[in-house]
Formats: sequence, structure tokens, C-alpha cells
Amino acid sequence: MAIPTLLGVSLLVFSIVRMLPGDPAVAMAGVHATQEVIERTRKELGLDQPFLQQYFRFLSGLLRGDLGKSIRTGRSVWTEVLERFPPTLELSLASLILATLGGVLIGVISAAKPYSFFDYTSMLAALLALSAPVFWLGLMLMLLFSVRLGWLPAAGRGSFAHLVLPSLTLAASSLALIARFTRSTMLEVLRQEYVTTARSKGLGERRVILLHALRNALIPIITVIGLRFGALLSGAVLTETVFAWPGVGRLVVDSVSARDYPVIQGAVLVIAFSFVLINLVVDLLYGVVNPRIRYD
Amino acid sequence: MPTLRRLARHRLALLGAALVLGFLILAIFAPQIAPHDPYKFSLRNKLLPPSSLYPLGTDELGRDILSRIIHGTRVSLMMAVISVAIGFALGTPIGAISGFYGGLFDILVQRLVDILMAFPGILLAIVVVAILGPGLWNAMLAVGITFIPTYVRIVRGAVLELRDKEFVEAAKALGATGARIIWRHIFPNCVAPVIVLSTLQMASAILWASGLGYLGLGAQPPTPEWGTMLGRSQTYVRVAPHVAIFPGLAIALAVLGFNLLGDGLRDALDPRLKGRL
Repeated sequence: MAIPTLLGVSLLVFSIVRMLPGDPAVAMAGVHATQEVIERTRKELGLDQPFLQQYFRFLSGLLRGDLGKSIRTGRSVWTEVLERFPPTLELSLASLILATLGGVLIGVISAAKPYSFFDYTSMLAALLALSAPVFWLGLMLMLLFSVRLGWLPAAGRGSFAHLVLPSLTLAASSLALIARFTRSTMLEVLRQEYVTTARSKGLGERRVILLHALRNALIPIITVIGLRFGALLSGAVLTETVFAWPGVGRLVVDSVSARDYPVIQGAVLVIAFSFVLINLVVDLLYGVVNPRIRYD
Repeated sequence: MPTLRRLARHRLALLGAALVLGFLILAIFAPQIAPHDPYKFSLRNKLLPPSSLYPLGTDELGRDILSRIIHGTRVSLMMAVISVAIGFALGTPIGAISGFYGGLFDILVQRLVDILMAFPGILLAIVVVAILGPGLWNAMLAVGITFIPTYVRIVRGAVLELRDKEFVEAAKALGATGARIIWRHIFPNCVAPVIVLSTLQMASAILWASGLGYLGLGAQPPTPEWGTMLGRSQTYVRVAPHVAIFPGLAIALAVLGFNLLGDGLRDALDPRLKGRL
């Protein structure tokens, strides 16, 4: 299922660049290019050939890691995108870990003591985190922790301290969602008979919750975590802009502003491809986590 | 009306409805409510902190932030309504036809939806803006297009459930055409998920449209749009934090309103949707 989708994504992105207003050769070569350069670009791009042939050329270039050159920097698009990939991966993974650990922890504590003060405050905070725009949340955290308190750097990448605010910002809405979902799943599981059995055996409450209830609540929780990848990648575009984080998302935004079409094409393809591949991996992981779902 | 009564008992949904209503009133009566002209600048009064004259302070051009937020309600709500309408108007018929007739069309549509959904969240909107160029109308169109696949999925799912019901069989036996069955018999039965989805999409639309504005790809200055205001504020956030705090608060409250109302509507109209929407 993934391969036709990938082909479709590449065809769509390819067609989009052809739909750009004006002559793509002019767009690719840059506005100030001479007639000669434009003609050469047209040849290089194979724009004199039929559409499908052009697409196959593009595909084979893609497979060889040749996505053309950036208009802004003149460097290979592939190098530009690959350079920006590790920072995005670092930010997304840190956020995913933060959202998972924090979300499950808060959800479990809320479910263990439902309708308590902790439960109400954390669920209210979760509701707010789900509604606040990620770029505003980032600005507010920056305002508090770097401008006011001076504890953490406001922008850039480098040390572990640089990672704290961006990953917290990007994690917030996923953390909130996972916390809410963990709470409701745990409440459901805690009503099951095997939990009553475990309690009547005289097991401590902590043991009942962590060993008996949480283990059975984990599968739906993991499903929800898997569904958050899209939101994380999408949020990364905005978070990277707030904190001047040198990732792929920031590259897309900068390239759109600079009308650097080859880079837009390359970066968008790489993000969409990784998203499709991550979804595939998540699907396969379900089979490992839950033996009841096995794909033939 | 059991649905309305159920909704009225849902306290968070009532809070959501109140927030949405509040923003609607602000949008409709913006010129009457706003204390100042949202466009009038005076460099002498730039970046003033909140005061009795300027309750939320002024921005980098000395414009009243409260008035700009109030007028921004118009822009944000209009952007949200139009982009949701685009998603609805195109996604619903495609989803209904795809689910009802099945066959090759259905397969093609589903593949296309898969492809569109391979672009996470705001990325597809950014790509569309890259083609059309930044601006208020293009941003609306971009967000609307990203909503189409979700409508197709939800409506197709609802139609698949209804397609083999007896009342559809009965309509077929009476000789009704496919278009008539979809419009008169199936569509009225998918109204619930579509209403819930549209309310929740309003929240996403406000978030995404303001996100595009923040990135400089949405509404352009001097339009008082919340996201655009935030994007401009980042340069001044160190000296005048109020410039960044209030527009974001407006976005968060509007999104919260639509989210709470949507959740409440879902529970009141069709609790079975809980896992899906």
C-alpha cells in the first residue's frame, strides 16, 4: 500500500511544480537569469519532452538522489535537505518521548484518583494545551524561560539546553492528547473484572494499576501515539520557525518565501515520504505489540 | 428535542457555545465594540504597555491591539467558515458518490485521499500557498483543500454504513435514481457526523489559517489577522511582551470554544463517533 502512495505523492509534488505560474525554466533558473541560462535549464529539465517522460526522468533522478539545485544557494537540493533532516529528527523524537512519558504518567495518576484536584487541574491544562497554537505556546515559553528567567537559550541548536523549549513546545498538544486518552482508557480498564480480582487477591493499588491495568491499556494508547506523528511533523514546521531551529520545516518555509521551487519540491517530498514510512512502521509495530492483530 | 437537552446538560459544551457566541458578537459588531481604529497608526504611541486608553497596549506602529484583535475576529472567523465550506462542498459529494457507487471511482478516490493524507497537517496548505502565492484568499483556499480528504473519509464511511439499509433498498425498489437516493435518503442520515466534523474543523481552520499568517504566508499586513499579528510581534517580544500575548490568547480561546462545542455536539448527536472524530 505504501509504494503506490509514494508514487502518487511524487507525481503530485512533481505536477505542482509544473503548475507554477509562469515558465518553470524561468522559475528554476531564477528571475535574473539570461536567456541562454534559461534555455540551458529548459534542456537540463527536459521541459521539451512530454509530461510522462519528464516525470520518469524526475523519478529516476529521485532514486539516484538527484533533486536539482537550489536557486538560492546553488547547492544540490539533496544535500540541503539531508543537512536539515537530523535536527528535525532530533526535535521530533525528543518531543515524542516527552509527550509519551508525560502523557501516560499524567493520565495514569488522573485515572488512579479521578475527580481529584490533580485530575481536574491536569485535564483543564490538557484542554488548554490542545487549543493553544503551537507558535504562540513557543513564544510564551521563550518569554518566560529565556527572556524573563534567563534559564534557557531562546533560539538556535547546539546544546541540550537548546532542545528543551522547542521540544516542550512541540510536545505539548500531543502530551495533552495522550494524557486525556490514557485517563479514559485506564478508567475503562480499571472497571474490568480482572482488576477487581487482582485487588481482591490483596495486591497493593500501585501494583494493580501499573502491572494489571496499565499493561492492558497500553495497546490503544500506543495506537494514539502512532497517530500523532503527522501532528508532530506539522507542528515541527511552526516550532522550528519560532526557535530558529535549522530543520526541514524551516527549510520549507524559507524556500516558500524565497520561491526556491527545487528545494520546496525536494523538502516536501522528503517530509511526505518519511511520514508514509513512519505510518507503515507503526502499522507493522501493532502486530508486534498486539498479537491479536497480525497481518497476513 | 433530546439532542438539545443533552447538549444543554453538557457543561463544557455550553462553555464552548458561549465562547463561540462571544466571538460571533465581536465579529459582527466589531466597528461598534472596538475602541479605536484598527488601522490608525501613530509612531509616537508605539509598543505602549496596557493602559486605560489602550487596554491591551499598542503594537510596533502604535495601533491599538484590542481593536485589532476585535477586528481580527472577523478575519479569522471568515477564513475559518470559508475554508470549512470549501472542504465540505467538495469533500461531501465526493465521499457520498465514492461510498454509494463504489467501483473504480471509489478506488481512485481512496488512493487520492491516501496521497493527500501523506502530507502531514499544515504542509499541504503550505504547498498550495507556494503555488498560489501568499495572501488571505489563497490561505483560505489552501486550508480548505487540506480539509477535503477528511470530509471524503468521514462521509464515505457514513454512506457505506447506510448503503445496504432497508430504506435505501426500498427507495431503489421504487425506482429512485442514485442521485435522488444520495440526496434525499442518505445525506439526511449523515448530517450528524458532518456537523460534528465541521465544528471541529472550524477549530483546526483557525489554528492553520493563523499558522499560515504567522509564517507570513496568510493574510498580509496591515490586515488585522491574529496569526499575522503574532508573526510581526516576534521581533518586539523582548521589549513588549503584550504584543505577543494577547493575539495568541484570542486564537486559543476561539479554538477552545469550537473544540468544546464540537466535543459536546458529538456526545449529544452521536456518541458512537467518539473514537473516529
